[in-house]
Amino acid sequence: MLSIGRVMADLQVTSRQFLRSRVGVFFSLIFPIVIMLIFGAIFSGGNGAVTAYVQDNDNAGGIPTQTSAAFVSALNSTGVVVLAPVPPGTNFTQFLVSHSSSDGIVIPAGFETRFRAGEAVNVSVYGSPASQTSAIVSGVATQVVNQFNLYRAGGSAVIKVASLTLKSSGAKYIDFLIPGLVGFSILTAPMFSLVNISSQYKRDKLFKQLSLTPLTRGEWLLSKVIWYIIITIAAFILMTLVGENAFGAHIALSLYILPFLVVGPFLFVSLGMLVGTASNSPESAAIVGQLITFPMMFLSGTFFPISIMPTWLQTVAHVFPLFYVVEGLTNVLTYGNVGPATIDLGITLIIAVAVFSAAVRLFKWRED
Amino acid sequence: MPSVVVDSLRKSYGEIRAVDGVSFSVEDGEIFSLLGPNGAGKTTTIEILEGLRAKDGGEVKVLGLDPWKSGYALHRKMGIIPQGFRFFDYSTPREAVSYYAKLFGVKADVDRILKEVILEDAASLYYNKLSGGQRQKLGLALSLVNSPQLVVLDEPTTGLDPQARRAVWNVIRELKKEDRSVILTTHYLEEAEILADRVAIMNHGRIISAGTTEEILEKEGSDERLEVKAAESLADYLKKETKLKVEYSNGVVSVLLERPHDAMVALSQIEQSGIEWKNLRTREDTLEDVFVRMVGGSPTEAGEVV
Repeated sequence: MLSIGRVMADLQVTSRQFLRSRVGVFFSLIFPIVIMLIFGAIFSGGNGAVTAYVQDNDNAGGIPTQTSAAFVSALNSTGVVVLAPVPPGTNFTQFLVSHSSSDGIVIPAGFETRFRAGEAVNVSVYGSPASQTSAIVSGVATQVVNQFNLYRAGGSAVIKVASLTLKSSGAKYIDFLIPGLVGFSILTAPMFSLVNISSQYKRDKLFKQLSLTPLTRGEWLLSKVIWYIIITIAAFILMTLVGENAFGAHIALSLYILPFLVVGPFLFVSLGMLVGTASNSPESAAIVGQLITFPMMFLSGTFFPISIMPTWLQTVAHVFPLFYVVEGLTNVLTYGNVGPATIDLGITLIIAVAVFSAAVRLFKWRED
Repeated sequence: MPSVVVDSLRKSYGEIRAVDGVSFSVEDGEIFSLLGPNGAGKTTTIEILEGLRAKDGGEVKVLGLDPWKSGYALHRKMGIIPQGFRFFDYSTPREAVSYYAKLFGVKADVDRILKEVILEDAASLYYNKLSGGQRQKLGLALSLVNSPQLVVLDEPTTGLDPQARRAVWNVIRELKKEDRSVILTTHYLEEAEILADRVAIMNHGRIISAGTTEEILEKEGSDERLEVKAAESLADYLKKETKLKVEYSNGVVSVLLERPHDAMVALSQIEQSGIEWKNLRTREDTLEDVFVRMVGGSPTEAGEVV
């Protein structure tokens, strides 16, 4: 019979070991924050907006024409790109190269006159095919050109490009990073710790010793799961606070996050336990643990969205249980998208139950 | 009723017969010591009694229960320190005792238990800061939390300095005063001789002699021996020139006195050998003498026979 008293007694010992050793505290609470500060600083510079160089060659006596000024202003108002003006008459290509950029827009001379006359006129968009920022600049330019064409045709926009507007007000890199790092914490804290303690306790015969008390294996494992749920929730709160205050992250807080903060640690406590007990020594357990943890850590969308990875690698990512945790957390935290998150949660739960059963089967108190 | 009854116990690991037909019993309130070198089968025997290992054959009853089938119920009545006892690095003895009390669902007087094992001074130190002796005493403290009828101590003093060893002995003596049964394995002969009511000497998975120390000495030992400090060449000389039983170890030549005139023979031959000697004395056989003769060597600090 499961005894809550024994689970609580073991939970107290577990929490003391964790808090007093400090290693666990560092890796589960402080380390993710350090990563957030570093990655956040790297990628969130300039609000995450893309710089586009703009040369307005349509001017009269150095003053931009009304239409070209309106075009630049429209580009600016999208909020997606930060405009950097290039003096008229400068060699634009050379200017881009000397500023290590490939993204730019050039408004030709005679833009206003031709626009008013209804004659065809080309706005040149510079970019590199491989670059993501070029795609964004090109998208913004096309959007503004369409608005101008629509205006010229005397129509009003029936269909508006909502995606660009949404992007400007919503998801920045930090908004992807926070669910990713919560996932990172869900993975690493229980995984490293359980691999470590289960292999060490086995070597030091601490399990054997515990088996001489009324504590059961299930109770022992349960107290570890409860503890890492507590740690995960603490890490989540900490990351949300730092993300919002230091980087202005937008987190869609909802109770729907909770199941992930419960099922996630349950999964990785079990996986850590499985690796630890299946190994012959703490050393081999540590190696196997890292072989599993590191690819999963980088390829599951923790530090960057997996959408930037090649398609084949995105497919590979689907084998990692953490992928579903991070995808689910992103769905909830960044998009408030409960439907797809439910599927992620379901998959996570199924994997968790399977891993837990395997861990409990392999995990022995005593020997034959 | 005896606390423990073991009859024809067998356990093999592959080809190796770790326990090969061992029988003994432990009476209520008795300190029973299993003595033997490393690899004799002591720990395997003990772990079968504790329900940590399955037996291959024979009968085992501990406090009236089958330890393998009823281990969970049995552990509530038993106190155990496994060999090489360890605990969580960042727990203090006080926390450890109260943790065990909660696991056993008993109200324990933590201070009294720590005092009983003479650990009250280290009650608030983390386990990883405790000395070897303090760690063993913590093991003893934990084995007492559930007020066990039977305490099983597997090499509780291995690796301890003499002072710490004596402290552990004092605790074991207290257990006996409280009328608990104790099973003690050790490879320190002195320890068994001092503490145990009855001793069983194990070697190669079998009990080769059992009884009280006096009974074993009477059965296996000679009454007296004559010893001098001298070089090994004297032992060789005596072995060649006489029919006496002569042993040599650590600079001491030891002659067993089986017949009354053996002493006279020994003395005259020692004199005739011309080999230098000093410190003549006679003494009675100890358990160690019997052990050395039966096992074929004396155990080192680590329990290996040399």
